[in-house]
Amino acid sequence: MTGFDWLFFAEITLAGLGSGALLALTALAFVLIYKATRVVNLAIGEMLMVGAYLFFSFTAGWQVHWAVAIGLALAGGGVLGAVLERTIMRPMLGESPISTFMITIGLGSVLAGLVEIVWGADPARLPEFMGNAPVFIGEAYVSRKIAIGFAAAALVIIAFVVAFRFWRGGVALRATASDQGAAYSCGIDVPRVFSYAWIVAGMAAAGAGVLVGAVGGISPTMGIFGLSALVVVIFGGLDSVAGALVGGLVVGLIEAWAGTYLGGEYKMVATFGLLLSVLLVRPYGLFGTHEIERL
Amino acid sequence: MAGRNVGAGNGQGAPVLEIDRLTLQFGGLKVLNDVSLAVPQGAVTTIIGPNGAGKTSLFNCISGFYRPKAGRVTFEGRDITAAPPPARAKMGLARTFQNISLFRGMTVLDNIKLGRHVHMTSGLLDGLLYWGRAEREEGAIRAEIEEKVIDFLEINHIRNRPVAALPYGLRKRVEMARALAMQPRVLMLDEPVAGMNREETEDMARFILDVKEEWGVTILMVEHDMGLVMDISDHVVVLNFGQVIAAGRPAEVQAHPEVIKAYLGAGDIGQLRARIAGEPAA
Amino acid sequence: MRIGALKDSYAADQALFDTRVQRVWLAAGALLLVALPFVASDYWLFLACLVGIHVISTTGLNILTGYTGLVSLGQAAFMGVGAYTVGYCQIRFGTPFLLNLIAAGLVTAALGVLVGVPSLRVKGLYLAIATIAASFILHFVFQNWTAVTGGTRGLSIPPARMFGHDLARPQQLYWVILPFTLLAVLGAANLFRTRWGRAFIAVRDRDISAEVLGIPLLKTKLMSFALSSFYAGIAGGLWAYFFRVVTPESFPFVYSIFFLAAVIVGGMGTILGGILGAVFMTLVPEVLKLVVGWLTPVLPNAVALLAPVRTIVFGLLIIGFLIFEPHGLAEVWRRIRRFFHLWPFRT
Repeated sequence: MTGFDWLFFAEITLAGLGSGALLALTALAFVLIYKATRVVNLAIGEMLMVGAYLFFSFTAGWQVHWAVAIGLALAGGGVLGAVLERTIMRPMLGESPISTFMITIGLGSVLAGLVEIVWGADPARLPEFMGNAPVFIGEAYVSRKIAIGFAAAALVIIAFVVAFRFWRGGVALRATASDQGAAYSCGIDVPRVFSYAWIVAGMAAAGAGVLVGAVGGISPTMGIFGLSALVVVIFGGLDSVAGALVGGLVVGLIEAWAGTYLGGEYKMVATFGLLLSVLLVRPYGLFGTHEIERL
Repeated sequence: MAGRNVGAGNGQGAPVLEIDRLTLQFGGLKVLNDVSLAVPQGAVTTIIGPNGAGKTSLFNCISGFYRPKAGRVTFEGRDITAAPPPARAKMGLARTFQNISLFRGMTVLDNIKLGRHVHMTSGLLDGLLYWGRAEREEGAIRAEIEEKVIDFLEINHIRNRPVAALPYGLRKRVEMARALAMQPRVLMLDEPVAGMNREETEDMARFILDVKEEWGVTILMVEHDMGLVMDISDHVVVLNFGQVIAAGRPAEVQAHPEVIKAYLGAGDIGQLRARIAGEPAA
Repeated sequence: MRIGALKDSYAADQALFDTRVQRVWLAAGALLLVALPFVASDYWLFLACLVGIHVISTTGLNILTGYTGLVSLGQAAFMGVGAYTVGYCQIRFGTPFLLNLIAAGLVTAALGVLVGVPSLRVKGLYLAIATIAASFILHFVFQNWTAVTGGTRGLSIPPARMFGHDLARPQQLYWVILPFTLLAVLGAANLFRTRWGRAFIAVRDRDISAEVLGIPLLKTKLMSFALSSFYAGIAGGLWAYFFRVVTPESFPFVYSIFFLAAVIVGGMGTILGGILGAVFMTLVPEVLKLVVGWLTPVLPNAVALLAPVRTIVFGLLIIGFLIFEPHGLAEVWRRIRRFFHLWPFRT
């Protein structure tokens, strides 16, 4: 009997980290909206899907150069975020969190249905734009797409974290997240912060969608990626950026290991097993704030 | 001298609620620092103190929403420090909130009926069936509530109104009614007359005294309205910066130098009195 | 509340149908329900049975979401559990259908408790995500636990038998579905004038106050979820006897969205809302099928669009009603009644 195939394990692990970075990016989009507006956006997976399909339309349909198409897809994601915030979320300001939550569920349905109507129900592949030369880390083979995806996601995430910390807008965002009333009285334009949060989140989701689509192809059911992202934010804490990062990598690894060693169908089962464990042990997530309610 | 039950008045017995060296901390902030006090049975005890002194936090510890870092809460001889809020309700501890916490989706009557929840025995199945046990129980508590609580607090005319439609003063009264429906041993009132005018305050004061005398309930209040506090309290405890700085009968506390310093600031009291009286500064 | 509708006893005040007018309408409704199988065409009877099943499931979800404030996206998956339980019992043991239905309800309720224990300890959001997870895991189980569920082929269920007769046609199943629907609705209506029903609403409105009144939060939420799951199990069991074939694709995720939409459209937190929502939502796919039928000459691909259009319509109904008519059709109905009651006056 041969020893444990460490090389293979390393390759699977690297692949898991790669997809984990994409999960982290998606989770970041979710956290952004939650932090700024306290809205739990269950439609994040569908927003990701729209981004992927927009890219598909621009490259495969209109024959636009892939770099331009990425820009357009991101812009489209941003526009989608802005439109959603203005038309659907703004009227719900002040309503109960349950109602807002249910609206995002309806939203996910609408987006999924629209994608299927416009682009059809069959899965498709995105045009190759990342090249095929394999990437080697040491002896381990990593798919080029996954490596690029990881790098791209990492860059975006780092940009985010820096912006949050240092840029005025990031500070405004954190202020609004803490206390809307107080932020208003400090002169922060709260509705505009809401808009920006949704726009940036839309762009992040669209970007993640392009990368996810590039790796695994696109289909009207790819919104399920959002589900894994939800597990990530529960694991990491609904309002924690650090949690999204760590959680993304953890869930990515678990899915990769389970998918390979147990079988493809067990991927989701493993993810949800993790969800259950988190709910039992640390329901507010690794880094989430346990809100102390003022009685 | 902090804490112990100083001086007893009429109808006051052994302490029904004892707080023993309670410390509550949020991160680095010590909200309650080594607080001890005893609430005599059958009397009205009021906790006063400047804003931020920790009064509501103390209430929340007694209710069971905050876990103290150190210290004990004893209710009728039993240590309830670790007991969850529903368990404390079962033992006879009722409480109202500073911000009204009625159930907006229900009528006044349904809100009050919820006060009887701990004393009822119908289960889920009984409820689904209704005819039989649940119906009998509903009829019984309805009669009880009407007699003992609704008539008592004079809210007959609004019993079927949704609480969301009521004015503030009536909502506070309904909240008291709901707490009374629990038939508690100790009733904790968090600012019962906040935002009320003179008349409403007098009505509420009358109700509180009636509850104490007719029902034999021990009252523990947090209040800012000093008129009310001085008039109806048997025992007053003063909190400042999370510590008990005085306790005793209203008149004693009023003259206590620490209390005066907390409310008026340091400085020569004699000077202040003179200036108020219009005499030239000494 | 009608002015002058005076009651002279507490019991009368608490009755479900307290005015004479209501009782007359009730009698008329009962007459209609009894006469239906004899006058309606097969198609309408089929729809009536389906409406009955949906009313049970929607009322169950309403108890959880409308009255207790907890969102669940697993109602369809739970119905699947009920359907498979009925199928398994009927095929394996041949036990009487009533027993199978009760078993379906109990098994689903137990599953509800299992899902609820970890997820109800914190905020309501976690239950929603846990039910999504449960939907996926259950779908996985339906597909792979071939010994019990028949795998992707599913189960072919023999008809229910009563007094030696097979209950295979809608005309016959109607007489089984109708009483269950009535009992389900009546049970829910009763529940909310009693102790635990009020406790559910209290947990929804202000859980801190509820705790202070002695209501244990986790236990109460679990009860609500278990009851709602029981309803789902019964509805699923009836579904199995009605359609006679259960496969893993019988209860897709979009079906759970259907039920959530039904609760929202009908009116959350009202018994009438559960009924109106179920009726409305059952008719929506039928109307869509009609529209697609008309459009097919113009748009040859229209049929392929049916599924996604349905999904979009469900989502739009949820969004639309939450924004514009958050109290649902029950509120619309109240307004209509008021209009006629006061006509020709306005207020």
